[in-house]
Amino acid sequence: MHIAVVVKQVPDLVEELEVDAAGTGLDRAWVKMKLNEFDDHALEQAVLLKEAGGAQVSVVALDGEGIDQVLYAAVARGADRALKVDAGTQEPLDSRRAATALAGAIRDLGPDLVLTGVQAADDLFGQMAPFLAAELGWPHVSVVSQVEVAGAAVRVQQEYAGGRMATLEVDLPAVIGVQAAPQPPRYVPVSRLRQAMASGALETATAGAGAGTGGAAVTQLAKPEAGRGAEMLTGSPDQVAEKIEALLRERGLLRG
Amino acid sequence: MGNVLVYVENSETGVAPIAFELLGAARRLAAGLGGEVEALVAAGATAELAPALGAADVILRMEHPALSPYLPEAHVAALTEAIRSRDPQVVLVGNTSAGIDVAAGAAAATQRPLVAYCTGLAVDGEAVVAHSQVYGGKLVATTRTEGPGVFTVVAGAFPGAEGQSGGKAAEATLAAPATLGSLHTRFIAATAPSGGIDIGRADRLVSVGRGIGGPENLELAQELAAALGAELGASRPVVDSGWLPKARQVGKSGMTVKPKLYVAVGISGAPEHLEGMREAELILAVNSDANAPIFEVAHFGSTCDLFDLLPALTERLQAS
Ligand SMILES: Cc1cc2nc3c(=O)[nH]c(=O)nc-3n(C[C@H](O)[C@H](O)[C@H](O)COP(=O)(O)OP(=O)(O)OC[C@H]3O[C@@H](n4cnc5c(N)ncnc54)[C@H](O)[C@@H]3O)c2cc1C
Ligand SMILES: Nc1ncnc2c1ncn2[C@@H]1O[C@H](COP(=O)(O)O)[C@@H](O)[C@H]1O
Repeated sequence: MHIAVVVKQVPDLVEELEVDAAGTGLDRAWVKMKLNEFDDHALEQAVLLKEAGGAQVSVVALDGEGIDQVLYAAVARGADRALKVDAGTQEPLDSRRAATALAGAIRDLGPDLVLTGVQAADDLFGQMAPFLAAELGWPHVSVVSQVEVAGAAVRVQQEYAGGRMATLEVDLPAVIGVQAAPQPPRYVPVSRLRQAMASGALETATAGAGAGTGGAAVTQLAKPEAGRGAEMLTGSPDQVAEKIEALLRERGLLRG
Repeated sequence: MGNVLVYVENSETGVAPIAFELLGAARRLAAGLGGEVEALVAAGATAELAPALGAADVILRMEHPALSPYLPEAHVAALTEAIRSRDPQVVLVGNTSAGIDVAAGAAAATQRPLVAYCTGLAVDGEAVVAHSQVYGGKLVATTRTEGPGVFTVVAGAFPGAEGQSGGKAAEATLAAPATLGSLHTRFIAATAPSGGIDIGRADRLVSVGRGIGGPENLELAQELAAALGAELGASRPVVDSGWLPKARQVGKSGMTVKPKLYVAVGISGAPEHLEGMREAELILAVNSDANAPIFEVAHFGSTCDLFDLLPALTERLQAS
């Protein structure tokens, strides 16, 4: 079993996000990037499968600033190989172009199973996993919270609204969009990370940047217009608590 | 003349609520484009589903055993077939679990652009202008799509009422594509929500997000909940981390709640969370980030550190 985990970095949403001068993109000069948390779960799921039944795990990413660190961290977490795909640009590609760019490298790598995060904070033009599956001509399931190997197939849990779930069986090779691993992603000790960096030769592959699909263009990126908006309660914690108590009392929402 | 095709999500419980929201949005777009609204209902049997879709001008019925229960691969093939044969200008799909599979798969197969996370859609000349929530709801992207396109729409962004009205639509049968006979995906079993607590019934909820930091701090929220006579809810990461059980998760892939009081503590307000609680009667949010999207839907908010505010509030409520 050979599992490829496709990962990327996204802006840390806890930080302030600024729009660039053109008003259509993120001002990337100051954004703090981090591994997409759903990719983190995809990687955890791959390592769990490796531990459960043996598998080779390859982590794959498009080249870009800071990606080496992400790949080494994945190796420290249990990936056996790390592949950096050069799409001829350091700029982040949209999901459609990324799928085309990654498809060639993944075809050459020849995994049985591709796991990626179900979505990313910046995938305005659609989620990458189903696009990648379409490029490869493989079946696909998204919003998956558990993957188990079942012969030449995997059994996955797909989640729907209201807590409903279904178990589906998908023939390999397949692409799965991972929502959550059955257990939280593990931490790696810094010593393991250092080891990975010391030993770690990152493999590289080139890919033609995909043509994507034209037709839709971003005309503006902006903070949401102040809509209804919350009335902010200001003051010290004690003062705010007092205001909350008063407004709950007013509405008859105090206990008893 | 541009038509609007709506993908009607359905399950054994019938037509999904999102389908009515899409039909309502489709009516307005079709008026702007001078076209008709077509509704694709693909299922094992469609006779019982079709009557609910009177807001459409034409109901396209596609039947095949592989279409129920839902299989992503089968529904991608169904929508692809409908797009190829009807050539609509606009295709609307819910941004649901099924929608993620189906919209992207069909967009790729028909080489049409996809615009995701739409909360607003309008016609401008020949083009469709969409507003999409990106970066966890912290930013809104406006896009312009000149030719045919596929749009996934966030649940709750459009009212369902318009899509529920309407008279009797014309009906047409679409042949199921042959590929449905040789799928690589099989349905094994469905799981209903696990028993125990039903937070959908609670009239007061205190929900905790990742801001709570760790399971050792849950007590703070539990004490506040007790003082309010509320149940405890949670955002997805809290559940994925194993700090609280899945039955307490509020949002897109958890429960939809509509309590009298919803206190959101350390929750950023990602669109997937808001989907599950925006209808609460009174929403109170505590988040130290003044730009957190939760404050867009909250009625009252505080940027106090939750570790300072929760004990102070609990103490006050206990005393009162
Ligand atoms: C298909 C799909 C389905 C999903 N379904 C759901 C779902 O059903 N429910 C759900 O919740 N999510 C769901 N998500 C995940 C969703 O996208 C977000 O990742 C999630 O809601 C974020 O949870 P959070 O707000 O707790 O965490 P974060 O976004 O990390 O926010 C934590 C917040 O806490 C604040 N904070 C930190 N420390 C403090 C402090 N000391 N005092 C006050 N505030 C503090 C921070 O400012 C921050 O805003 C889904 C995602 C996908 C892709
Ligand atoms: N440019 C990219 N490079 C590597 N992986 C990607 C890229 N784009 C998307 N992915 C993978 O697909 C997941 C979902 O992202 P998205 O394309 O935003 O839906 C990401 O978190 C990655 O796992």
